[in-house]
Amino acid sequence: MSNGRHLAPRPGFVLDVDRNSPPIVFHHGEGFRMEKLPAGRSRVIYPAEPLEGLADPDGAIRHALDNPIGDSEPLRALLHAGMKLTVAFDDISLPLPPMRRPDIRQRVIEAVLDLAAEAGVDDVHLIAALAIHRRMTEDELRHAVGDRVYDAFAPDGRLYNHDAEDPDGMVVLGETPHGEDVQFSRRAAESDLVVYVNINLVAMDGGHKSTATGLSGYTGLRHHHNVHTMQSSRSFMDQESSALHASNWRMGKVIRDAGVKIFQIETTVNNDTFGREGPLALLQKREWEWSTRDRMQFLAMKAGLDVMPSSAKRKVFSSWQAPYALTSVQAGEVEAVHEVTTANVYRQHLVPVEGQTDVLTMGLPYICPYNVNSIMNPILVMCLGLGYFFNLYRGRPLVREGGVLIMSHPTAWEFHPVHHPSYIDFFEQVLADTTDPVEIERKYEKQFAEDEWYIHLYRNSYAYHGVHPFYMWYWGSHALQHLGRVVVVGGDPAAVRRMGFQPASTLQDALEMASDVVGPQPTVTHIKNPPILMADVS
Amino acid sequence: MIPEKLTGRRIAITGSTGFLGTALVERLLRCAPDCELVLVVRPGRRGADRRVERDILRNDAFERLRADLGSEAFAQMANRRITAVAGDVTVDGLGLDEEGRAALASCDLVIHSAAAVSFDSPLDQAVEVNLLGPVRIVQTLAELGVAPHLVAVSTCYVAGSRRGAAPEESVDASPFFVDVDWRTEVDSARRIRNETETDSRTPERLQDFREQAHGELGAAGTPSLAAKTEQLRSRWVDDRMAEAGVARASSLGFPDAYAYTKALGEIASAEVAGNVPISVVRPAIIESALADPSPGWIRGFRMAEPVIISYARGLLKEFPGVPEGTIDVIPVDFVVAAICAVAARGPLGPDDGDDIVQVASGSVNPLRYGHLVDMVREWFTEHPIYDDIGQPIPVPEWSFPGRGRVKKQLERAGTALDRAQKVFDVLPVRGRQAEAGARLEERRELVRRAEGYVDLYGAYAECEAVYGLDNLLGLWDSLDDADRQSFCFDPRVIDWDHYAPEVHLPSVVRAGRVPMKPPARGGESRSARLRRQILAPERQLVAFDLENTLIASNVVASYAWLGSHRLRGRDRARFVAGLVAEIPTLLSLDRKDRSDFLRHFYRRYEGAPVDQIAVDSLEKFSELILAKSFPTGIRRVREHRNLGHHTVLITGALNFVVEPFRPLFDDIVSAELGVVDGTYNGRLTTVPPTGEARYQALLDHAAARDLDLRESVAYADSASDLPMLEAVGFPVAVNPETRLAGIARKRGWLVEDFRKSPGMRRNLLPLAPAGRAGR
Repeated sequence: MSNGRHLAPRPGFVLDVDRNSPPIVFHHGEGFRMEKLPAGRSRVIYPAEPLEGLADPDGAIRHALDNPIGDSEPLRALLHAGMKLTVAFDDISLPLPPMRRPDIRQRVIEAVLDLAAEAGVDDVHLIAALAIHRRMTEDELRHAVGDRVYDAFAPDGRLYNHDAEDPDGMVVLGETPHGEDVQFSRRAAESDLVVYVNINLVAMDGGHKSTATGLSGYTGLRHHHNVHTMQSSRSFMDQESSALHASNWRMGKVIRDAGVKIFQIETTVNNDTFGREGPLALLQKREWEWSTRDRMQFLAMKAGLDVMPSSAKRKVFSSWQAPYALTSVQAGEVEAVHEVTTANVYRQHLVPVEGQTDVLTMGLPYICPYNVNSIMNPILVMCLGLGYFFNLYRGRPLVREGGVLIMSHPTAWEFHPVHHPSYIDFFEQVLADTTDPVEIERKYEKQFAEDEWYIHLYRNSYAYHGVHPFYMWYWGSHALQHLGRVVVVGGDPAAVRRMGFQPASTLQDALEMASDVVGPQPTVTHIKNPPILMADVS
Repeated sequence: MIPEKLTGRRIAITGSTGFLGTALVERLLRCAPDCELVLVVRPGRRGADRRVERDILRNDAFERLRADLGSEAFAQMANRRITAVAGDVTVDGLGLDEEGRAALASCDLVIHSAAAVSFDSPLDQAVEVNLLGPVRIVQTLAELGVAPHLVAVSTCYVAGSRRGAAPEESVDASPFFVDVDWRTEVDSARRIRNETETDSRTPERLQDFREQAHGELGAAGTPSLAAKTEQLRSRWVDDRMAEAGVARASSLGFPDAYAYTKALGEIASAEVAGNVPISVVRPAIIESALADPSPGWIRGFRMAEPVIISYARGLLKEFPGVPEGTIDVIPVDFVVAAICAVAARGPLGPDDGDDIVQVASGSVNPLRYGHLVDMVREWFTEHPIYDDIGQPIPVPEWSFPGRGRVKKQLERAGTALDRAQKVFDVLPVRGRQAEAGARLEERRELVRRAEGYVDLYGAYAECEAVYGLDNLLGLWDSLDDADRQSFCFDPRVIDWDHYAPEVHLPSVVRAGRVPMKPPARGGESRSARLRRQILAPERQLVAFDLENTLIASNVVASYAWLGSHRLRGRDRARFVAGLVAEIPTLLSLDRKDRSDFLRHFYRRYEGAPVDQIAVDSLEKFSELILAKSFPTGIRRVREHRNLGHHTVLITGALNFVVEPFRPLFDDIVSAELGVVDGTYNGRLTTVPPTGEARYQALLDHAAARDLDLRESVAYADSASDLPMLEAVGFPVAVNPETRLAGIARKRGWLVEDFRKSPGMRRNLLPLAPAGRAGR
C-alpha cells in the first residue's frame, strides 16, 4: 500500500465521523492530543498526500531561468558586466518548518550567481527580504543560502538582512492611485535588476507581495497590513478576494513604473512536512491506517513529551527539518509567474468541502512563521489560529458566521525576550486594555511602530519590529468579526482570557461551551492541518 | 472650686509632649480657663514654639476644644495662654536661657511629669531623667529664689515588688526599702556608662561591630559600613546600659529601672527641697482615657498595648501572671484630674503627713488579671486581627503559666527562627524567596519583642502589691459636685466590663494600626499605591542598577561570553577551566568590596582589541543580555521615560557591554577601561560606580541637571546599593537578596519581582555558542 501511495499520492478528502472512527490526533503545540469527535455530525478534512517532487531540481531551476514566463527575457540575457544586481530572498518565515539542506533558496541563488558570474556581473548584493521581521542569524542565513554563498558574500557585507528602518537605505518610489506610499529598499530600487527568490508555501505568499512587502517598511506596510484590509479580505489566502493582495499588486505596478526591473523566481514544495519515515511520519498518516507499531510509537512519544519541560520540547521540535521536495519552479515576469505558482500550490493544498459548519476545530502545531527557533507566544497562537488556519479557505469560511472556533494549544504565557520584546508589551499593556483590533490600531499602533527602543532592537538585535504584534492581531480580525466565540483547549487560562477567548480543559468542555452559542448538537468540522490544506468551500 | 483656685495661676509643666502631659495641658486649657501655662519642652531642631504647636496642640486630644471654640479662637486662646520655653530636665539648670528662667520664675505652680517611662531605658538615661530631673527642678527654683508648689508625678511602683499593702507614704518610710545613697547611685550609673562606652571601643568589639555591619549590608562601601558600625556600637552600649538598669533595680527589689529611679528621685528631691513644697502624685499603670478628652484617647504605643497586640496576633501565646492577681490600671483622665485637684488644693502643711497621692484602682475596684484576659480573648474573638493574606487570626487559650515556662517557650521559638534566618542569609536567594527570609526576620523580631515584654511586664502582671488610696479618696471627698463632674478621679466608678471592651481595646487596635478588616477586594494594594507614586509625573530622576535589576546576568558572564566567543576546541576548554577554577576567589573578592573585585576582574580584558569587542558586544547583547533581561524591568524604564522622567543606568559593568542599552536610557554611567593602541589595557579609568561611588554618581548626576533626589526613584537589588537607595525619596528593591528584602520590608519600600521571560533555556556557564563565529 505504501508503494502505491508513492506512485499516486491521494488527494485530500473529508471523513464523516461515525461510531467506528478512531480518535483523531490534534496538534497541541509541542505535543499532541487524541480527540474523539462526536459521531454523526462531525467531519475531518485531511490534507492531500505529498506530491512527487521534481526528479532534477537543479535542472528544473536552470530550465526555468532560461525559459521565463510572461513578458520577460531569459535571466542570462538580463545580466551584463558592470550592472548592479540585487538578489532578494524569502526569510526565515519560509518554509515551515525549515527544510533540510540544501534549501531551495540555496539551489536557486547558486544557479543565479553562476549565470551572473558567467556574465561578469561584479556588483551583486544578496538581501534577506524580511520587511519588519527579525533579522536572520548567521546560522539561519547559512542554512538558507548555503555556506559557499555565505562565505563569499557575507564577510564583505554583500549578504545582509533588509533594514526597513535604515533612514538612508529606504526610498519611497511613489504612490498608488489609492494613495498608498510605496516604500522600497534603496539598493533594490537602484539596481539594474532585482532577482527575487521565493518559496511559495501557502497561497498567500509570492507575487508582488514578495518585493512590495518583503523589501518595504512600516511606511509602505501600513497601507495593507491593517484592520480594514484584513476584514475586507475573504480570505487573504485567496488572491482573487484579498484586499491585501490588491494593494500589493497596485504597489507592484508603481515599483515597475518606477523603473525597477524584477525577475521573479517562484518555487513550490510538496506536503512532505513530517517525512515518510521517522518519528513524526505518522502525523502524515490517516489514523485508521496506523499500524500497531505506529500506535506504540505515538503513545511513547506522547508520554515522553508530557513529562519534558517546555524548553526541552521546544528544542526537540525546532530541530526538526522537513524533507520538502520541490514540486515546481517558474521564473520571469511577476504576475505571470505567480499565476502558475498559485496553481501549483492549489494542486497540493486544495480540498473540496461541502458547506459550512457550526463549530470549527483545529489543533495548532508548535510552529508558525514568526517563531522559528523561538517561542510560540499567545499572540502568535491567536495569529496562527484566527489568522492563518481560519483563512485557509476559498469561497466561504469553513465555519458559518456566528459559529465557534475551538483551537487546541498550550498557549503558555511565554515570550522570547530577544525576538518578541514588543509582543511582551503588547500583551501586557495593549491587550490588558482592549482586544478590539480597530481600537488597538487607533490607539496604540503608531506609538509602537515609531518607538525608538523597538527600532533599535529590530535593527541591532534580533527583534521583530515594534509594530509586528499589531499585524499579528490584525491577521485575526476577519475571524474575530466572523466568529461568535473562540475557545482554547488546554491553554493557560490567564493567557487565553487576556486575549478575550475562553479556556477549556477538554474538547468535550469546549464543545459544551460552543453549544451555548450555536445551539445543541452542532455540526463540527476539524481541519487537520498541518500538513497544509486549503478548504475549497462550496 | 478647682477652676477658681487655678484662676490667675501660672503653671509650668514639664513632659507636656508625653501621654500624661498632653492630657494635662488639654484639661487645664479646657476646664481651668483662667490659668496660664509655661510648657518646658526640649526644643529639638524646630524650637520650642514649633514643638508645642506640632507635638502637643495638633494632637487629637485637642479636637474637642478646637471644635468647641472654633479653630481661630482656639489658636488665639492657645497663643494667649501658652508660653513655650526651651528646656531639658537632663541638663543642670534645666538648660534654660534668660527668658526661660524668667518665665519659670514667674510661675507659682510647677507640674513635673517628664519621665523616661520606657521600662528598658538605659540606666544612666533613667537616672538623668527620673532621678535627677526633679532634683534639678528644685535646684533651679532655689537658684531663681522662688518656691512655687511643685507637683511631681511619680509611680505607685516605687513601692517595689512586694506583696500586700503599699500605703501613700514616702519611699524611705517603707520597711522594705533598702537604704542606698542616691548620689552614689548617680555616680555609679555614670561610671557604668563611661566604662561601657570604653568597652565598646576596644579593637575586638569594633571589629565585631564591623563584621556585623558587613553581615547586614554586604559590600555597601566604606561610608555606609562606617555609619552602620557606629549605629551598632551605640545600640550595643544602650543595650548594656538597659541590662545594667534592670540588674540594679532588681537587686534593690524594684521591678525595673523606671520604678527604681523614680523611687530614688522622690527621696532625692525631698532631700534637696529646701522651702519648695512638693506634692507627689503616684499613678499606677496609666491607660487610655475613660472619658476625657474623649473615650479611649491614647497617645503613643504604651505599656500594655504591645502585649495585647502580640497576643491578638497569635504571637504571644502565653503571658506569665496569676489569674487572681490585680492589674492596676488607671485611665489617664483620672490621673490628670487628680493632679489638678492636688494643684488646686496646694501643698500640705508640715503636720499633715506625707504629701503623697496614689492614683490606682487595685485596692478599691480591682481588675483581676484573669478577668482582663477573658475580656481580651472575647473581644478579639469577636474582632479578630487579619494576617498578611487576609485571614483572621484566632486568639490562643491563656493558661497563666509561670514566667520561666513562657520564657523558655519563646527562647525555643527564637532559636529555631535564628537558625532558619542563618540558613536564609547564606543562601543565594532573591526576590520571592528572599522576601520569605525577610518575613522570617520580622517574626524573629516579634519574638524578640515578646521576650522583652515578658521580661519587663511580667513583673507587673505578677505584682501583688495593693496601693493605698486614703489620701486620694480624702481629696475626692473634699471636692464639690461641679469638680466631681469635670475632674473625676474616683477609681470606684470605673466599670471594667465597659472600659476594657468598649473603650480601651478599640483604642489599642486603632493606635496599633492593626488590620481589623480583611483587605478589601479590588481595593488598591500597598504595592499598587507605591507603584503609582513612583510612576507619578512629578518624579524627576530615575536611576537603575543593571545586574539582577534589569538583567539576570553579571560582569563575569559578560566576560565569559566575550572571552569564549572566538575560541574553539582546546582553547575554549582551557578558558572554561581557568574561569571555573577562579570562581571561589572571585566570589570572595566580590563579597569584600565590589570595586576591588571589578578592578581585579577587568584586568583580564587587557589586550582585547577594541574593534572586535565592539562587534562581539552587540552580538552578546542579544544572546546573553536581552535573553536574560527582565521584560517588566525594561518596560518600567520605558514607562518612566514616557512620563518625562530623566532615566539613568548606573552600573559597574563596562561601557562596551552596556552600550547597546543606550537608546533605552537618557544617560548611562558605567565603568570604562583605558585604551592603548586599539586594545584595552585592563585598567579602569575611573572608580567604578558601585556602592558609595554609585551614590556619588547619582548625586553628581542629579546636581548637574538640577534634579531633586527627594522626588527621585532608584531601582536596585542588593544591600550594597543602600547608599543609592537611601538617597532618593522613592527607593525600589528589585528581586532583593535577603538582606535588602529585610531592609525594604522594614522601611516599607516598594519591592518588585522582575523575572526573566519564562520558557527560556538556562545554561550554567554563559559561553558563546560553539562553532559559529570565525568558521
